[in-house]
Amino acid sequence: MAVMLETTSAPGHYGPYGGRFVPEALTAALDQLDREFRAAITDESFTRRLSELERTYTGRPNPLTLARRFSEHCGGATVYLKREDLNHTGSHKINNVLGQALLAERMGKTRLIAETGAGQHGVATATAAALLGLECVVYMGEEDTRRQALNVARMKLLGAEVIPVTTGSKTLKDAINEAMRDWVSTVDQTHYVLGTVTGPAPFPEVVRTFHQVIGREARAQILEAQGRLPDAIVACVGGGSNAMGLFSGFIDDPQVQLRGYEAGGSGVETGKHAARFAAGTPGVLHGARTYVMQDEWGQTVPSHSISAGLDYPGVGPEHAWLHDTGRATYTPINDDEAMEAFRVLCRTEGIIPAIETAHALAGVMRLGRELGPDSIIIVNLSGRGDKDVATAARWFGIDLGGVASDALSVEMAEGR
Amino acid sequence: MSRRLADVFAAAKSENRAALIGYLPAGFPDRDTCVDLISTMVESGVDAIEVGLPYSDPLMDGAVIQEAVERALIGGTTTDVVLDTVRRVTEAGAVAVVMSYWNPIERYGVQRFAANLAQAGGVGVITPDLTPEEAGPWIDASDEHGVDRIFLVAPSSTDARIATVVSSTSGFVYAASTMGVTGARTSVSTGAGDLVARARRQTALPIAVGLGVSTGEQAAQVATYADGVIVGSAFIRRILEATDSKAARESVAALAREMAEGVRA
Repeated sequence: MAVMLETTSAPGHYGPYGGRFVPEALTAALDQLDREFRAAITDESFTRRLSELERTYTGRPNPLTLARRFSEHCGGATVYLKREDLNHTGSHKINNVLGQALLAERMGKTRLIAETGAGQHGVATATAAALLGLECVVYMGEEDTRRQALNVARMKLLGAEVIPVTTGSKTLKDAINEAMRDWVSTVDQTHYVLGTVTGPAPFPEVVRTFHQVIGREARAQILEAQGRLPDAIVACVGGGSNAMGLFSGFIDDPQVQLRGYEAGGSGVETGKHAARFAAGTPGVLHGARTYVMQDEWGQTVPSHSISAGLDYPGVGPEHAWLHDTGRATYTPINDDEAMEAFRVLCRTEGIIPAIETAHALAGVMRLGRELGPDSIIIVNLSGRGDKDVATAARWFGIDLGGVASDALSVEMAEGR
Repeated sequence: MSRRLADVFAAAKSENRAALIGYLPAGFPDRDTCVDLISTMVESGVDAIEVGLPYSDPLMDGAVIQEAVERALIGGTTTDVVLDTVRRVTEAGAVAVVMSYWNPIERYGVQRFAANLAQAGGVGVITPDLTPEEAGPWIDASDEHGVDRIFLVAPSSTDARIATVVSSTSGFVYAASTMGVTGARTSVSTGAGDLVARARRQTALPIAVGLGVSTGEQAAQVATYADGVIVGSAFIRRILEATDSKAARESVAALAREMAEGVRA
């Protein structure tokens, strides 16, 4: 009711979504970022350096893998995996981080800060900081530092300081609050490497732009492999950066369905979920208007998911617009269905996916049956599952016994 | 006719001093004690009150205010409770504005919020995460219901930004003294004076300085260049540290008196 029903978008807006709802103190920094971003992406020396890093450091282009045996569990549809899990650091997150780290360097900033949920974005940021010789501080919900202990260790090994956030729900949303508070106090030296397509303008556009390489490669690869576009492309959606990267390559092809899968947690009906589209309403969170899990008074409701990376009560504003316009469809996947898809991929393809990604895999198992055996579907394999081994072992009742690493032992000892 | 912000600043100016503005979140430490403490603040020399609307994600606030709003939320403080608090303190003689992050107002309904606030006797709203660019519906609603609209300027604001912000503002301009979040500091940033001077060149509105003011001495210093001094975290800390509500009231009264002397120094 209170949402503006604009039909055209002002800069930084997606229909009524997006915008910039931040303290005035951050306006100058966001304006600077906006200026430098636009200058950089048309500056050949910048784009050449980024492409070079993507090729020689990240390991791009990564393959599009035909998942023959997994396809049998997807109604016989032909399923391809876009292998972001093979990137250096193990997920798509590095694409955005390298771009933003180069921007920070260009702006003369010597310190990177980041929020992280699953730890993948924190690891990627710590990696880029080490590569470019920048200081790095990562804010992570205390709850998440426990369930993703392995990634905390990785960040520390890479030289980053990891600050556990003990306020609010102690998860990703609170880590973003803390990162914003740090940024407003240190903005002269610090660039906030926001990890997903949310936040105040121009962050959603910046992050999407650096992830467009996913969609660009996937489009060329499927045309080469199949001689035609896919019928659908699929991704999990937390904040929505891996989805936005893949979607961007196909958004102008109306025959390609865009399908996003959000975390249904224990089930939308239980209230313990992170299903913003299924159960949220338009509101403002972390600087942007978008779909938000909130109560009748506009207070943010804590989200729940087995996957730390999808455990977020907001979503990127461009997704909100794609949802409202009907261009993309978003569906919740519960924890148990995601974990079944996790198991199936491990056993059929020899690939252990991140639990975030497993939500997309569950989605494609449903969608393949819907679209039938003649269909072609690409799913973004956004990250690998090493970080989730302890959680998965617990879920499936695997005894880690004497083979567990210290980090895993600690987690197991805590009964998590 | 009830007093407006303009009257508060004019009265202070006629006494050749700065106005003193105190902040307290509604529902903190509980609904009734909050109203009681606000009355104490007014009786002890505070000229206008910012009633905070507790929000789950207060990203401009430091640890002290975070703790207070978290307690208020756990205690069930809703937007209706905030409006009721405004009504009660206004009836007790305070001039009250609401300080709120944007989402709760948008969720409540922008028009409805402005109308109900005006009806409760509230005279303005400070919106720390709303800038004029995103404020179209709020500008209309606040105009329609005669509620002052207080936007912020910061040390990082360019002169062009300040011009944009002050042209959309009424009541007073809120100058954030420093780049940072709310909370007491040992000294008020020297950048605050420059910011007030820059804002002064663009507007005839009163300019009040907030963030980091916690002692009478600091209030006196800020009062040499600003029209108003805003104190928040320092009051809350006293309440958090008090052993009971009587001690809280005495401590708040003592701080208000110290600040009131400061703005008169």
